Amino acid sequence: MSDFKTLPVEPNLLIEMYRRMLTIRFFEEAIFDVYRKGWMPGLAHLSDGQEATPVGVCMALRPDDTITSTHRGHGHIIAKGGQVEPMMAEVMGKVTGYCRGKGGEMHIADVSLGILGANGIVGGGLGIATGSAFTAKREGKGRVSVAFFGDGAVNQGLWYETANIAVLWKLPLIYVCENNQYTEFTYWKNLTAGEGLVARAQAMGMPGIEVDGNDVVAVYQAARQLVEAARRGEGPATLVCHTIRYGGHHVGDPGTAYRTKEEMDEWRKKDSIQRCERLLVESGIFSPQDIETTRSEIEARIQNAVQKARQDPFPPVEEVSEHVYA
Amino acid sequence: MRELTFAQAIREALDEELARDEKIVLFGEDIGAWGGVFRTTEGLYEKYGPERVIDTPLSEEGYVGMAVGIAMTGMHPVPEIMFGDFITLAMDQIVNQAAKMRYMTGGQVAVPITIRATMGGGRSSGAQHSQSWHAWFAHVPGLKVVVPSTPYDAKGLLKTALRDPNPVLFFEDKVMYHKIKGPVPEEEYLIPFGVADIKREGSDVTIVALSRMVHTALAAAEQLAQEGISAEVIDPRTLTPLDEETLIQSVCKTGGAVIVDEGYQRFGVTAELAAVIAKGAFDYLDAPIERVAAMDVPIPFSPPLEFATIPDEERIIQAVHRVLEGRRPQ
Ligand SMILES: Cc1ncc(C[n+]2csc(CCOP(=O)(O)OP(=O)(O)O)c2C)c(N)n1
Repeated sequence: MSDFKTLPVEPNLLIEMYRRMLTIRFFEEAIFDVYRKGWMPGLAHLSDGQEATPVGVCMALRPDDTITSTHRGHGHIIAKGGQVEPMMAEVMGKVTGYCRGKGGEMHIADVSLGILGANGIVGGGLGIATGSAFTAKREGKGRVSVAFFGDGAVNQGLWYETANIAVLWKLPLIYVCENNQYTEFTYWKNLTAGEGLVARAQAMGMPGIEVDGNDVVAVYQAARQLVEAARRGEGPATLVCHTIRYGGHHVGDPGTAYRTKEEMDEWRKKDSIQRCERLLVESGIFSPQDIETTRSEIEARIQNAVQKARQDPFPPVEEVSEHVYA
Repeated sequence: MRELTFAQAIREALDEELARDEKIVLFGEDIGAWGGVFRTTEGLYEKYGPERVIDTPLSEEGYVGMAVGIAMTGMHPVPEIMFGDFITLAMDQIVNQAAKMRYMTGGQVAVPITIRATMGGGRSSGAQHSQSWHAWFAHVPGLKVVVPSTPYDAKGLLKTALRDPNPVLFFEDKVMYHKIKGPVPEEEYLIPFGVADIKREGSDVTIVALSRMVHTALAAAEQLAQEGISAEVIDPRTLTPLDEETLIQSVCKTGGAVIVDEGYQRFGVTAELAAVIAKGAFDYLDAPIERVAAMDVPIPFSPPLEFATIPDEERIIQAVHRVLEGRRPQ
């Protein structure tokens, strides 16, 4: 049994990481349910299994740091402090949603929390993140910008264009590649030549680190190191986190046709939430009872969000032509 | 009043706005120490420094994409597309990011970006350096599109663009830069978007023309006057927003319309303007609306071929004759 004095992070920080990871997991499970029941339109791209990556990275950030997210963005938004009630309402297309029902499942944003938007275009947020890093450097307050993207976006030209500029201009930008092994339905190594993104980053003169993306403490420590270097003005860096999504590409895909049961069993053994719970209990921060209490509390909050969002109104149709222009 | 070239008017607008608002930052290829390949940013680098007038790598998607993030975080970026043809490389960032961010966030952000792009053929630059793509952007909700024709308009409209909280596409015909001169007052002025300008008054037919085609239309009107035909020339100046009222009123007065644009005819600006006029002035039209636009072919290199594709005075005059001949007997 370890004790928390030897823990690599502050107990309160670990508790907060745990809470956010659990919120993501339960949120995604609730969305699965909501989707199956036909309570939301569109598609649902879930990230259960990947929780440690956004949480580890975002816990290394300040409130005024910005992030851009992806089509699989719920986790990034919760990790950066996004609230589940307006998220749930947005997913259902309700006027009480973060974007008044105009963004939807793939485009949640809370600019006041530095969440500059999830993006339906794979890699599409890389320009926005780089632009935010440009402004941050101008402001000179040590703010950084994080771009989350998947292994699929690594092969979009925008990465090369912005990475080159970010290195040349020493922008405070962290490229976080959340490699969940599959680009939609295809194994990433069948789509990406060479050794992967860290090698490519290094070729541009940018430092890069690869970590176990299911280990929230490892992600946090790596992110912290890169974020602090960026704050000091050392320029951009790349962080690759290896992880897995438990579900399919979206809820309609069981995710079993292109992945084996053995492979998924191996990943389940490395589950980020179970590992965090073990760490909390073994270091004496939480009792098993505390774990139970936290789980029920978060579960209840999300169920309430579902109930509330279901009752919330849709936007009035007159809003359809609002917000086209400022 | 003093006279400036089209390029000088643009440079002066940029200069005045850079001085007024420190949130404005210019981006582009060779726009810094070199002063831009068309010299539109000459002297600005020396005056405002490399922090405000920034040379970028050849990465149109990259720096236009950055502009979206820069605009969302409180500044006003001005990316330049050297030849408007290359805007294809930045299309996703303009159409899927810049144009939609405000809407998709339910009004949480404004995206003030002024994209300056050149347009136009007539220089034997070949099919990849001669196109006019303004119609594409007028098609996209969330964008504004400006197509100035004179130094006076260019300066006043560019200054408005640089104070607008939306993504604005500002198209500059490269043939006009150093060939077109015109009066520009010393005092500051702005020209609002969505207000067409009557470049010449007339009573027999309305010619609507954009950008450099305004000058071609004015020259055609001059010749028509010698035949005793009085043509009114209207310049919409901005496509989004569009001043429909002025177009319709003019056609109600003259009873005929010829629409001239250097963009392609098929599904282009002339089609939209014709539809606006047909709806708004239907009962006043004495003949079918005529369109004079670029031929629907890649712009050729060889001068006689290239000039055949671009509207000229002769084609406009013929179109006016068709309108007047097609006039129903009174
Ligand atoms: C530019 C673009 N191309 C294709 C798609 C369709 N698409 C949506 S998600 C996806 C796979 C993305 O893979 P990855 O970046 O690894 O993220 P993951 O889904 O694994 O989280 C594709 C091809 C898209 N949305 N945008």
